[in-house]
Amino acid sequence: MSELAAYNFAYLDEQTKRMIRRAILKAIAIPGYQVPFASREMPMPYGWGTGGVQVTASIIGPDDVLKVIDQGADDTTNAVSIRAFFQKVAEVAVTTHTGEATIIQTRHRIPEETLKEGQVLVYQVPIPEPLRFLEPRETETRKMHALEEYGLMHVKLYEDIARHGRIATTYAYPVKVHGRYVMDPSPTPKFDNPKMHRSEALQLFGAGREKRIYAVPPHTDVVSLDFEDHPFEIQTFDKPCALCGANHVYLDEIVLDDGGKRMFVCSDTDFCETRRAEGHTGEMLAPSQEAAE
Amino acid sequence: MSDLPLLKVNNLSKFYGSRIGCKDVSFELWPGEVLAIVGESGSGKTTLLNCLSTRLLPSTGSVTYRMRDETYRDLYHMNEAERRFLMRTDWGFVHQNPADGLRMSVSAGANVGERLMAVGDRNYGRIRQTAADWLSRVEIAEDRIDDQPRSFSGGMRQRLQIARNLVTSPRLVFMDEPTGGLDVSVQARLLDLLRGLVNDLGLAAIVVTHDLAVARLLSHRMMVMKDGHVIEQGLTDRVLDDPRERYTQLLVSSILQV
Ligand SMILES: Nc1ncnc2c1ncn2[C@@H]1O[C@H](COP(=O)(O)OP(=O)(O)OP(=O)(O)O)[C@@H](O)[C@H]1O
Ligand SMILES: [Mg+2]
Ligand SMILES: [Zn+2]
Repeated sequence: MSELAAYNFAYLDEQTKRMIRRAILKAIAIPGYQVPFASREMPMPYGWGTGGVQVTASIIGPDDVLKVIDQGADDTTNAVSIRAFFQKVAEVAVTTHTGEATIIQTRHRIPEETLKEGQVLVYQVPIPEPLRFLEPRETETRKMHALEEYGLMHVKLYEDIARHGRIATTYAYPVKVHGRYVMDPSPTPKFDNPKMHRSEALQLFGAGREKRIYAVPPHTDVVSLDFEDHPFEIQTFDKPCALCGANHVYLDEIVLDDGGKRMFVCSDTDFCETRRAEGHTGEMLAPSQEAAE
Repeated sequence: MSDLPLLKVNNLSKFYGSRIGCKDVSFELWPGEVLAIVGESGSGKTTLLNCLSTRLLPSTGSVTYRMRDETYRDLYHMNEAERRFLMRTDWGFVHQNPADGLRMSVSAGANVGERLMAVGDRNYGRIRQTAADWLSRVEIAEDRIDDQPRSFSGGMRQRLQIARNLVTSPRLVFMDEPTGGLDVSVQARLLDLLRGLVNDLGLAAIVVTHDLAVARLLSHRMMVMKDGHVIEQGLTDRVLDDPRERYTQLLVSSILQV
């Protein structure tokens, strides 16, 4: 605390924040376009979300309420340390409740609760370039974006189908933003792709190591790439959440014992806890209900 | 052949600093016509081919192309997007080294299908079927469709590169030593295949080669280059059987003596 107390509000100096805000504004003006920015050293290693942290640090104000998630959970090491960081350097209020947050920084998920106007979702992005997979040359990928040459994205999906019989890409599933730029939604599961489409919230993406910021403004079209005869589909789960009974949410598998016993529960811990507080129960919490009838 | 040229080349020159790459080259290419550019190493064949195909910016001169809509466009007055679109639809480019023209880490099917996807085909089944048809046309077994070109022989790779270029029915194909890196027996088979395709599809082609046998087999007309200049051009049989220039005579006789 005392070590960090000497720093400016939200750690970054005002000039750096202004530079990052300019990049953010440009990104909002050109949805899906990757804007280069002068990424700064942060007091945490790359891979810990330095891009997202810089974006959050540049937009956060004293009245904001911050939520940080990693894999949908508020209590992982990464989420806890980023939240603690902003409590120290910006003294902002924090929350685990999606509905209460004004800024949500995330690594892998979009919350299940629909985001509202006025909320900002900040993604921590490791690899921002969706074309990198087949075209390692940065000069060439830049040209492809500029000229809207995106045939290569479908080559990747073609390979998927040829190899697996279906589009097997489940994370970082490419999308086209506002009918123009192809964008990598970062390592979120494709389950969350439809939530990006015409979201009321502002979505900002920060890649620290790769020094790129991109954005999806509110109410913007975000369409997942696919083929006519292999349309985009999200993951489905054949059971509801074992704790709260929710359907149509993204579930994580949890191993319960050495004997291979496992259960599937909401990856969004806030969503699950809220439902349980409202009295919903899944089969793990109500094991004897059927037997009692 | 139609009554209007497909390509018009006017006083094209390329200098590398003070060194001549090619100088004052003018000719017209007609639809369905195959033109061979021959000459010894360093004579400027590749330089000329690259200037014609917009891969290299010429120092002076102009190249105009008759587009599918029948308008003539100066290639170097087109914007980059138009040029790149032309290159992957109405043109093909076959490199001597197939690795330069293929994506070595994606399947044969995707290599052939890429151009279709690039121009907006979004039907997987149709793309795959078209790729399979093209593989068999270039004599690659259809069951290799999901294999990467890494596992192909040199001849197969070259045939795959050809299929990848022809899938959008281009009207003009550029080739730089298409049989260059191959064994003699493999060369013969590839030449046969190329000749068949060019005839069947009515393709116009500009083929760079230092092998006069390739020129004889494939081309209708040829240009002989020396030190960056075209020193003789004419119908292939005429140039090979009755060369007028002293240098061409040497070139032809040295080959015949081998
Ligand atoms: N990038 C370059 N920079 C400088 N000089 C070059 C360059 N490329 C080619 N040249 C020169 O231009 C001349 C023509 O070369 P070019 O490669 O066009 O010949 P070529 O007929 O294709 O030869 P080869 O049969 O060996 O492929 C040569 O003198 C060559 O050294
Ligand atoms: Mg050459
Ligand atoms: Zn739950």
